[in-house]
Amino acid sequence: MSDRFDLLVVGAGPAGIAAAASAADRGLRVGLVDDNPAPGGQIWRSGATQPAAARKLLAKLDATPVQRLQGWRVFDSPERGVLRAESENACRKLVYRSLILATGARERFLPFPGWTLPNVMGAGGLDAMVRGGLPIRDKRIVVAGTGPLLLAVAAHLARKGAKIVAICEQASLRQLVSLAAHLLNQPAKLLQGIEYSAATFGTRFYTSCWPAAANGNEKLESVTLERDGKRWDERCDYLACGYHLTPNLELPALLGCNIDDGFVATDELQRTSVQDVFCAGEPTGIGGVELALLEGQIAGLAAAGRTEEAKKLVPRRRRNLGFVRALRDATALDLRLRTLASDSTLVCRCEDVSFGALRAQSSWRDAKLHTRCGMGPCQGRICGSATEFLFGWSAVSPQSGVRPPIFPARVSSLSHPGKINVPAASQAPPIAINHKQSH
Amino acid sequence: MREILHSLTIKVNGDSIAVVPGTTVAAAILIAGVAARKSVTGQPRGPLCGMGICFECRATINGVAHQRSCQILCAQGMEVRTG
Repeated sequence: MSDRFDLLVVGAGPAGIAAAASAADRGLRVGLVDDNPAPGGQIWRSGATQPAAARKLLAKLDATPVQRLQGWRVFDSPERGVLRAESENACRKLVYRSLILATGARERFLPFPGWTLPNVMGAGGLDAMVRGGLPIRDKRIVVAGTGPLLLAVAAHLARKGAKIVAICEQASLRQLVSLAAHLLNQPAKLLQGIEYSAATFGTRFYTSCWPAAANGNEKLESVTLERDGKRWDERCDYLACGYHLTPNLELPALLGCNIDDGFVATDELQRTSVQDVFCAGEPTGIGGVELALLEGQIAGLAAAGRTEEAKKLVPRRRRNLGFVRALRDATALDLRLRTLASDSTLVCRCEDVSFGALRAQSSWRDAKLHTRCGMGPCQGRICGSATEFLFGWSAVSPQSGVRPPIFPARVSSLSHPGKINVPAASQAPPIAINHKQSH
Repeated sequence: MREILHSLTIKVNGDSIAVVPGTTVAAAILIAGVAARKSVTGQPRGPLCGMGICFECRATINGVAHQRSCQILCAQGMEVRTG
């Protein structure tokens, strides 16, 4: 088994699968590396309910000779044309001629009192738990935050037997009406929205509403909701709260790809500023599955040298870009959300750094140096997007930089000589880089 | 019914729990009703992101510390330690 590829794709969500499947014809040696146990990414997370489009594309991928590296997390790039990846107990070096970054997005979290309590999760976070086997029949759940994910999650949880206490969307009714008007041109998305509405029929849906506090001792017991300055409590078992999505930019930034206004800059063929490195899907702009599939196809074809075929898809992609802008406007955060954290509310969950401690800092770098904010194992992935909203600091930018390893890695992996497929010293505990306590 | 026939057993802090195949260790920890880890100041924490990003679901799995339990599937006889 060789770890040398003509084309390597990082991320096996819709964009990455589409890219690998499109490029796989014509004898190219294509690799697809992903850190989850199964392909599909977050939106097509495995479980009983993968949509037909996902099953179809995965079947297409199965019919190709693409080498699949599932359960491998890319943690650095020791030299141009080389990535290193780690699994539960091994490390490998991946050599490529061309690279497609399809690293996806994560949820944006905003701190509020009690948000660190167990059973307060992301909207996608709780959905992932349920798809990962957590039974929620008859559980009381508040779904909150912003973006279309909330309805999709609420609908799925309701179908699984949960009692959705309320759906709280921070956006105003006006923002949502604008998005709905845009969706009138997108029948597929509109239909999906109607399906979600039917599944959550009878559930209270509030606009301009958010959790002001999560309450409980060892775990969540109730949520304090706020709307128009009024506050009230709802008893619940889980709070599923995510403020839309933020792209995973660490690997693109590490490789030196230009980042423009928070997203990886690409041309119409998905080429980044770095030669032979392409980017597709959410890192180039949050636009959902259809756009990610198109960008993946374009990147796959372009990287395989099939430029004319790739160019044919460009107009379709361009038509979809309106949705990116509409979604951005519809999920623009209400500035009152900045006032939820009190001085004692934790912002950095890895290092337990409070809002009060951060208020005294002047930049992301200062915050890191003086408070250890963003210095724990998540390396600012969670608190970085929060401090960007709260203080205007940018955690992933050319100024603040991204340093390898982009994920905590075992010492044995970091000193890995780069031989092909050498298992790392087994059972060695992973080292949380820059982490002050072993716990 | 099929789910019951195909269940497997893991141990969370010494207590046996039965889960269906495909269950993540993070979900099993939630089913067990315990916190996944203690924060640097001693607070109980559970899964947040569900996708291997936040590191809140870290647990010791088969003796290996700091595993992201949301990205690992339960296997028969697995031993999980939290806190």
